[in-house]
Amino acid sequence: MHSMLISTRKGLFVAEPTSGGYAIDRGHFVGDNLSLAMVDPRDGAWYAALDHGHFGVKLHRSDDRGATWAEIATPAYPPQPEGEVQTNYFGLELKWSTSLVWSLAPALDADGALWCGTIPGGLFRSEDRGASWSLVDALWFHPDRKKWGGGGRDHAGIHSICVDPRDPRTVAVAVSTGGIWRTRDAGATWTNCADGMRAEYVPPELVHDGNAQDVHCLVQCAATPTTFWVQHHNGIFVSTDDMATWTELEDAGPSRFGFPVVVDPNDPNTAWFVPAIKDEKRIPVDGKVVVTRTRDGGKSFDVLSAGLPSRFAYDLVYRHGFARAPDGALAFGSTTGNVFASLDGGDHWAVVSNYLPPVYAVTFVA
Amino acid sequence: MATVVFTQNLRRHVACPPEAVDAATVAQALAIVFASNPRLRGYVLDDQGALRHHMMVFVDGEPITDRRHLSDPIAPGSELYVMQALSGG
Repeated sequence: MHSMLISTRKGLFVAEPTSGGYAIDRGHFVGDNLSLAMVDPRDGAWYAALDHGHFGVKLHRSDDRGATWAEIATPAYPPQPEGEVQTNYFGLELKWSTSLVWSLAPALDADGALWCGTIPGGLFRSEDRGASWSLVDALWFHPDRKKWGGGGRDHAGIHSICVDPRDPRTVAVAVSTGGIWRTRDAGATWTNCADGMRAEYVPPELVHDGNAQDVHCLVQCAATPTTFWVQHHNGIFVSTDDMATWTELEDAGPSRFGFPVVVDPNDPNTAWFVPAIKDEKRIPVDGKVVVTRTRDGGKSFDVLSAGLPSRFAYDLVYRHGFARAPDGALAFGSTTGNVFASLDGGDHWAVVSNYLPPVYAVTFVA
Repeated sequence: MATVVFTQNLRRHVACPPEAVDAATVAQALAIVFASNPRLRGYVLDDQGALRHHMMVFVDGEPITDRRHLSDPIAPGSELYVMQALSGG
């Protein structure tokens, strides 16, 4: 079993395997706001993204599994053109300044290289384990970027990064709100891959526009990398043809709304979701926390609830709050501060903690 | 010499003792401090060099007016306080 890193509103907590599951063992940055953590399987480094509010966003790295941490560079935008007020698609003023680190992933085409997605929408790359960062100009200056808008926040952000197992220079990123963008040349050129999705919150002319798609989470199957799963603002989508086309799954359990999706790296037909009443409420349907699972590519969904709270529960699971370990263990954490884990693919869940601060992200140490 | 003092809450994240500087504007004063303490800059200024949205600088008890370029003048003997923009709650 693998250690679990839980990023919360008030610290980064480490859960270690026990005889029957996991238990919280220690905390780092206790009192500080963590948007996410990332473990680089190449060198074992742990990365932590902190959001200090008044003092801005900072990145830290540990090379000894959390025993010591050092602040590294934060992705920073280049000078904004003087005298020009920039706005996003909705007309809100957009300042070229990192307001959140919203995704972090190893760039597998070079040793020590990293990708980092931010709000207000810039993708950054580091060649030196975060000692320095460069904005990926081709995506930031793509004319369609001005069609991106804020999802739950004022400005768009890149929250999902899928490095293609067939070729590490091929990378897909997902934007809320701005669809899915893919490069095949390590960031030099980009193509929108969200055409064919459906957005029900825009005027009719834009319903199928790739830039209008509010993708909440994008994952790619490692063993069958032509399969991608998406939890979208108004539904669940799957592509089995390398994002050439998307199929919307309308019958997916108690709700089609949610934030996270996890795919089985060995089986493209198996994926897990945590549904909620859609955007106007964002709470579990009937106050009952469930996980939905498909094992047939979305034709049917199991509703899994064993071990999960079934009455007066209002847990919301954010897009980075659900993870699968290399050994198949699953875990998710919620805004209520609950963390649950399953060692049998979601059939049964056990409490890891009921007392954490609001959980923003869960990941496993490889 | 003017004196630059940082909020104690910031000292939890990065060393920032009070510093005496010879400067004519807020921008010059902070630039001198950041030159010897570069990590501190990103805690006070955003990517564009403007004062962070929820930060405030007071010069002799008055909030500065130019948050973008920090051009507010200071005098020898001025006291600059770099604070969080707290408004209750």
